[in-house]
Amino acid sequence: MLESEYQEHNRFFLNMGPQHPSTHGVLLIVLEMEGEYVLDPQPVLGFIHRMHEKMGESRPCQSFMPNTARMDYVCALPYNHGYVSLIERKAEIEVPKRAEYIRVITSELNRIASHLLWLGAYLLDLGAFTPILYGFDDREHILDILESITGSRLTYCYYRFGGVYQDIDDTFIAATRAFVKRLRKRYSIYEKLVTKNIIFIKRTENIGIVSPDMALRYGMTGPNLRGSGIAYDVRKNEPYSVYPEFDFEIPVGEQGDCLDRYMVRVKEIEQSLRIIEQALDRLPDGPIRAKVPKNIKLTPGDCNFAVEAARGELSYYLVGDGTSTPYRLKVRVPSYSNLSCLPELGRGILLPDLVSILGSFDLVIPEIDR
Amino acid sequence: MDTISILPPELIRMVIAVVIIISFLFLNAIMMGYAERKIAGHVQRRPGPMEVGSHGILQMVVDGVKLVGKELLIPFNVDRTLFRVAPLLSFTPVILPLLVIPFSEKLQARDLNLGLLFIVTMGSVNVMALLVGGWGSNNKYSMFGAMRAVAQAIAYEIPILLSLLAVVLMCNTFSLKEIVGAQQNIWFVFLQPVAFIIYVVAGLAETNRAPFDLPEAESELTAGFHTEYSGMGFSLFFIGEYTNMFIVASVATVLFLGGWHGPHLPYGEYLGVVWFFLKVYFLLFLMIMVRWTYPRVRFDQLLNFAWKYLVPFSLVNLLITAVVVKL
Repeated sequence: MLESEYQEHNRFFLNMGPQHPSTHGVLLIVLEMEGEYVLDPQPVLGFIHRMHEKMGESRPCQSFMPNTARMDYVCALPYNHGYVSLIERKAEIEVPKRAEYIRVITSELNRIASHLLWLGAYLLDLGAFTPILYGFDDREHILDILESITGSRLTYCYYRFGGVYQDIDDTFIAATRAFVKRLRKRYSIYEKLVTKNIIFIKRTENIGIVSPDMALRYGMTGPNLRGSGIAYDVRKNEPYSVYPEFDFEIPVGEQGDCLDRYMVRVKEIEQSLRIIEQALDRLPDGPIRAKVPKNIKLTPGDCNFAVEAARGELSYYLVGDGTSTPYRLKVRVPSYSNLSCLPELGRGILLPDLVSILGSFDLVIPEIDR
Repeated sequence: MDTISILPPELIRMVIAVVIIISFLFLNAIMMGYAERKIAGHVQRRPGPMEVGSHGILQMVVDGVKLVGKELLIPFNVDRTLFRVAPLLSFTPVILPLLVIPFSEKLQARDLNLGLLFIVTMGSVNVMALLVGGWGSNNKYSMFGAMRAVAQAIAYEIPILLSLLAVVLMCNTFSLKEIVGAQQNIWFVFLQPVAFIIYVVAGLAETNRAPFDLPEAESELTAGFHTEYSGMGFSLFFIGEYTNMFIVASVATVLFLGGWHGPHLPYGEYLGVVWFFLKVYFLLFLMIMVRWTYPRVRFDQLLNFAWKYLVPFSLVNLLITAVVVKL
């Protein structure tokens, strides 16, 4: 009895965030701690709620395009993709082949950029100051390539209903091919600095093990789910755009610890490079944008579209009411479900392990709060 | 005048030595700060400071001016005495060991015959500064950092002591001058490689340098025990840390790398300091490179590493040394 009383006095609450170097955004996690052990982590959301869905429901559907990029700014093109495909499915617009290929190439480039940023940020959380600069160096090439056709470096607003905004030219294709070659040569650097680094392995192996059952219960998707051994990828299981025409694999982890999630993302970079190569080889000619009426009237009824963003399954849900403004627009973001398993997963772990787990989930808080 | 003639020459010599050492420490902090930022930059594929002065040489001078000019902020509800004393506590015990280190044959402020023991003791006093700073900041994060620092320092003192004892067993003396003298024929790093490695690793941990920099773990504790310090307080902690690194490197040089021994130079008794500094800065270069290469270890892994690996290895090393010396 005395011991438990003593232990009661040893407990205290620590606020991790909302301003914190490693919560990847404005996230508050209230930790009930005992010494170095976290007893109960409770995330508190809503610090960066910017009412994107409300904006989508108050203006015509064309005006929502910039919002899609700002929800997850690190990997904005899949968000663009989901929304334009949703409206195209609703209004039955046919997208030209060339536009679809361009969409796939740019989305995969963005996925690589997002994973490179995640890798750097994750290692920065763990205390290694160098890999983030290597990752940013490689990412800079992607940003330059994408800037040449979209005009932005981060929050892309490149897709339009029926196609893309601007055509890609030969310099883009040459630059992308050069980038693919360059990144493949850089794998060995990352391998030596990070993957084979004994301290990194010690910080990530057997830590934060998410069982497949737990992952499914919380609705986790993306590399987090695949790290636990379940091979579910929207590009393969519910194919959209021209993904069925490409030959790529879905990397899967074994036990669902942080190291597995890391390896899944690193292998996904290679698979994205494969997709880009195949798309560049088979790029068809043709128009890049279909003829679309200026004011799209959304027929009454609902519609749904899911894409594979860098963090998981992203899906848009729309209820139309006959005007060009949606009656209801709902965005299902992957990071929300990925974060939701933290209270159960983080019970009784050490504080540095909590940082490691949060980093391995690859959360972007602005997309959770929208 | 009269007063000067009645002062013992020894006292004058010590005063001059202390003044030289303190000015050297600030110069060392400036040089090491610059070296660290440049090396960090090149490891990370960027050039480092380039703007101020040619290739950024004056960067640290400008930083020093900035830090001195900052407002000395004392947060609400802290223990004012402890808060203000902590940086001083961090800076003072690192000056004293430099008085006993033999920079060259004739350049040593004072050769105590327990010089090595004195240095190790001053290293332990260092930890108090972290504890006082963390506690006096009235901040949970700082307290965390301070607790971690104390556990870490206590854990890593033992491998330091044991590895240094191995050298002492071989020379039969604690006096640093005689230890360097005993390395005329062969440096002890070849006779005691295990002790050398253990000493450098444990010394890194003792100075709270990455990968053992948990007390100031930025990503978890937002700068740990020196979160609340600004301006001169922060720079004193900072100078204390660099000086501590310098001391660890100099002790390693004196005990393992032959101190000031090197190819012959004119005025060798004084210019031996050139070889000494070359070796010390080589070790410091290695320490800086390690910081930018490895992530941070977890705290329990840190303590495990000390108690389960370093201590047994250094004990076995000591035993073997004792047996070999006896034979």
